[in-house]
Amino acid sequence: MSANLTPRAKFATTLLRTAAALSRATGRGDGSVIGGRVGLIVEPRLLELLAEGRHVVLISGTNGKTTTTRFTTAALEAIGRVATNSFGANMPTGHTTALAKAPKAEYAALECDEHYLGQLLDAARPKVVALLNLSRDQLDRAMEVTALAAKWRQTLEASAGQTTIVANADDPLIVWAASVCERVVWVAAGQSWTADSAICPNCGAHLDRFGEFWRCTNCGLNRPSPQWSVAHQGEAVVGPDGRRYELNLQLPGRVNRANAATALAVASLFGVDPAQAAPRLSEVASVAGRYARVERDGRQLRLLLAKNPAGWLESFDMIDPVPPVVLSLNAREVDGFDTSWIYDVDFTSLAGRKVVVTGDRRTDLAVRLEVDGVDFLVVDDIRAAIAAVPPGPVEVVANYTAFQDIRAEFNRVN
Amino acid sequence: MALSTLRIVWLYPDLLSTYGDRGNLLVLAHRARARGIDVEPMQIRSDQHIPHTADMYLIGGGEDGPQAVAADRLLQDGALSRAAEAGKPILAICAGYQLLGSSFYANGRAYEGLNILDLRSDRGPSRAVGEIAGEAAPQLGIGSITGFENHGGRTHLGEAVQPLARVTAGVGNDGATEGAWAGHVIGTYMHGPGLARNPKLADLLLGWAVGVNPAQLPPLDDTWPERLRYERFQALQTASQ
Repeated sequence: MSANLTPRAKFATTLLRTAAALSRATGRGDGSVIGGRVGLIVEPRLLELLAEGRHVVLISGTNGKTTTTRFTTAALEAIGRVATNSFGANMPTGHTTALAKAPKAEYAALECDEHYLGQLLDAARPKVVALLNLSRDQLDRAMEVTALAAKWRQTLEASAGQTTIVANADDPLIVWAASVCERVVWVAAGQSWTADSAICPNCGAHLDRFGEFWRCTNCGLNRPSPQWSVAHQGEAVVGPDGRRYELNLQLPGRVNRANAATALAVASLFGVDPAQAAPRLSEVASVAGRYARVERDGRQLRLLLAKNPAGWLESFDMIDPVPPVVLSLNAREVDGFDTSWIYDVDFTSLAGRKVVVTGDRRTDLAVRLEVDGVDFLVVDDIRAAIAAVPPGPVEVVANYTAFQDIRAEFNRVN
Repeated sequence: MALSTLRIVWLYPDLLSTYGDRGNLLVLAHRARARGIDVEPMQIRSDQHIPHTADMYLIGGGEDGPQAVAADRLLQDGALSRAAEAGKPILAICAGYQLLGSSFYANGRAYEGLNILDLRSDRGPSRAVGEIAGEAAPQLGIGSITGFENHGGRTHLGEAVQPLARVTAGVGNDGATEGAWAGHVIGTYMHGPGLARNPKLADLLLGWAVGVNPAQLPPLDDTWPERLRYERFQALQTASQ
């Protein structure tokens, strides 16, 4: 920890905090990225130096990283202080800032962008890496998904060493990537989107699926037996010894119970008793605005972030069946400029309820909904959307920058 | 319209379905049903036989590995080539478009294609990613086209095919032309999906499939697709200013 830092690294850390504070004070954001950038210019090894001597877990995957990192942090706080990049700044600059801001934390739970996993493995020497899922996401600017799984597999083979991997047994791409590692704890974290793993990532033959089981009849890659799973009945996680850990999550949906299972599996590797950790997860009410409830003019909005087909399908699974739904779509650089993925999402489950669409690319959504036979109303922005629905609960689903626009309207709610 | 049920085969969604390709099937089914034509969508996986009796065939885009596997299985099956000879409409997107030619590039080498369209594809100097627009061949009567492209290949047309469009923005085949057509077979780099953003192209295929002039299909309310087209063309104009 910081006691062992060189004078140069200490200086870099001070500059980092100053830059981050300035950025926050001038309203440019939370300062994580600029702070980290400044610190790393002064001391390129700053991330490595700040991580040294701490017990680190990295959490990566297409969907659920931020929430699982939040859950894991809550669980680890049962035994000590935890440094974490809770603002979703999930590249090395953000990791550096998270560690610099918490010099006394002996634990670190770091959300990691999929493309930086290798770099973080080398720099942070994590004790545990949690791999959640892989599915198509922003294809016009990111790697295609099988290629990403292959890169992970290579990276893990080269750098995982003594690291324990907590991996999703239900996602064939994750299983293939993680199976090169010696120490893997498997979690049955589910897979809401199977279209990117119809084919065996190992050999290209068809995967056979029956219920939750899957296997390749050609090369033998198959679903490992999970040590951790989500209970079929009620809200609970089942641990390796068959013991149930009851959950009372404020966050909705099966996918968040799976994120909780992963967090408990990770925490138990750090010596946290899952029975002690589980109640702490229920205290999480929202994550950087995700799942936040806000109120305006008698409308109670719940904000759901969904960035890709898997995310949209998961949010349709979470929302209450009756209230009106507001959908907001942008296609700015960080969202990906290509909107064609909305045709990978089935909107028919929204038929028969009030649906309002907005965002920069609301017309794309209008055409999409018309094709699925869902009635809709198109409005200019979230204010108009609120005015267009009756008082009462409202579910809001938005992709990345559309979500940030809505959050800004509500004072950057967390 | 003589058909009782329009059978549309979507080929190999297990291999080639990367950029909302299912949307083309959904749009065709939506536009046919809106005119009282029953539709039977058929998703055929790459380990199944391709039905000979369908009225239209769709094939989408994908990564190099699946593209090479798909071409191999299509060559072995043979039904798509026979469908083309029989004059059945075929719409092929991106990787699916490339494999209809004589050869295409994947995994760093050339592969044999199906030879349904007189063209061949190789690698370009850079990946073509972004909005694409063009003026379609006048004989097709579909006006201007709009889509989104994302491909590393370049396609060279032979004499037995016509370009689908002259490019006004984006890259397409080679920066000058986009896509190709011959008979009732159309290939294009446009996803988006292409038929959602080009309803006249969808109606052209439907007209071919049911054996009527597309102009004779009952008109639909295309307010939203037309607004989307307008926005996309406007966005390109704004970007070029």
